[in-house]
Amino acid sequence: MHETAILFLEFGAVVLGLGVLGALALRVGISPIPLYLLAGLAFGTGGILPLATSEEFISVGAELGVILLLLTLGLEYNADELVTSLKGNARAGVVDAVLNAAPGAVFALLLGWGPVAAMAMAGVTYATSSGITAKVLSDLGWIGNRETPVVLSLLVFEDLTMALYLPVLTAVLAGLSFVGGAITVAIALGTVSVVLVVALRFGRLIEAFVASPNSEVLLLKVVGLALLVAGIAQQLQVSAAVGAFLVGIALSGKLAEDAQALLAPLRDLFAAVFFVFFGLQTDPTKIGPVAGVAALLALVSMITKLLTGAYAARRAGIARAGRARAGIALIPRGEFNIVIAGLAVAAGAHPDLGPLAAAYVLILAAFGPLAARLVQPFITAIAKRA
Amino acid sequence: MEVEQTALPGIGLRHEFTTRSGRRIGVVSHRTGRRDLVIYDLDDPDRACETVKLNDEEADALAELLGAPRIVQRLNDLHRQVEGLVSLQLPIPTGSPYAERPMGDARVRTRTGASIVAIVRSGQVIASPGPDVVLTGGDVVVVVGSPESTSAVADILSNG
Repeated sequence: MHETAILFLEFGAVVLGLGVLGALALRVGISPIPLYLLAGLAFGTGGILPLATSEEFISVGAELGVILLLLTLGLEYNADELVTSLKGNARAGVVDAVLNAAPGAVFALLLGWGPVAAMAMAGVTYATSSGITAKVLSDLGWIGNRETPVVLSLLVFEDLTMALYLPVLTAVLAGLSFVGGAITVAIALGTVSVVLVVALRFGRLIEAFVASPNSEVLLLKVVGLALLVAGIAQQLQVSAAVGAFLVGIALSGKLAEDAQALLAPLRDLFAAVFFVFFGLQTDPTKIGPVAGVAALLALVSMITKLLTGAYAARRAGIARAGRARAGIALIPRGEFNIVIAGLAVAAGAHPDLGPLAAAYVLILAAFGPLAARLVQPFITAIAKRA
Repeated sequence: MEVEQTALPGIGLRHEFTTRSGRRIGVVSHRTGRRDLVIYDLDDPDRACETVKLNDEEADALAELLGAPRIVQRLNDLHRQVEGLVSLQLPIPTGSPYAERPMGDARVRTRTGASIVAIVRSGQVIASPGPDVVLTGGDVVVVVGSPESTSAVADILSNG
């Protein structure tokens, strides 16, 4: 068969399969992310049906997926919101970071994976999936709840922390010497701050350049700008994902809304490809041995997120039931965690890191929303009795 | 009564307050223009037990239902409180010497002692208009004052 034909056959089958899985997830009422990961595991390295030709194509698609995920995430926020949320919730945000980075880091150190892997695992357990959490909040009708602003500002804080963490991680993973690493980190932090300042001060200029009444022109300009900045960021070792995220933050208002609507289908396609690709790279036979550790890690980091939510909500004067809901809403892990694990795997971290992260996200992406749904009546009962 | 405003990053804004009878209600304004009317649970004060989604038209209708009778009620209250105070609704004729001119040009308060408290223009109410609001033929101005001063205003507006 012609190579192009094989490529289309394989890629088409994968995407079609994802569509079917997505429909299934919708019916059961869970996030499709764990199913996409499972699909990736089923194909690929050591899976039941290894892909021959399309893996390279899928890997490029996956990179695009990360960029689009982060770009649309950035579009949801504007720079003012980020700054306000940083000021008002710094303490809860720091508690969140410390409590939830700790389990991953400690587990990695206990397993003897060394400090670099510990840093990556810290990120894997830290970040809540803002995508899944936002969906949980809206599905369960929790958006009007009084604890919801607490949850949302923690998510904003996490996303901003990621903008600093990813460049540092990229530099550390590159295995540079201490001085070389320090220089790269300094460049990274410098770039991030410069872009943030530009976004805050000159956001309008960028918007004036990008804005267009024609949706086709707008789409091309936004995607082009995001890819260009991502490329520059990657070259500076700041991580392409962060570059795209910052472009998203720089754009705001009506323009951001329009761009978000235009990008949504593109993002959905390539983000699905990204999750599959991570699954493809992970050998399913390696998951068995780390499954126990992953379950334990999931349990521990579920508890730390519950504590974080309870602490942050208490500071905001929320009653007991609301504190529990804030914690539960923070449990789901998803895209960022896989992005981080993907960076570590690509840089050749410990061979068990990929499978562990995959199993961990599988558990929490599936269980987080489910837990919220199951616990809701229980919490209401407690509130009634109190 | 204190209305609390909270930002919902990525979603929009929320306003809420507690009624005198102890119920907490709020409005979530989504960036997309959607409005949610939320009512909080009595037992679990942080939970929205009812969320009613409203589109632009429905939100306008609700606001009108709640707001419009209040303006009339306030005017009636004003009459009851101050005896000898009259409020008149005076149409501005198209040929009025003050049509297409800023309201301040008529110097109504200086000349008569009565005040123009509102202008009704094509169904919309401009409350407490400033002196630079331009009057247009067909506007209806609401004047408050003594019986003599308000009729003097009517004369000024039609004859100059």
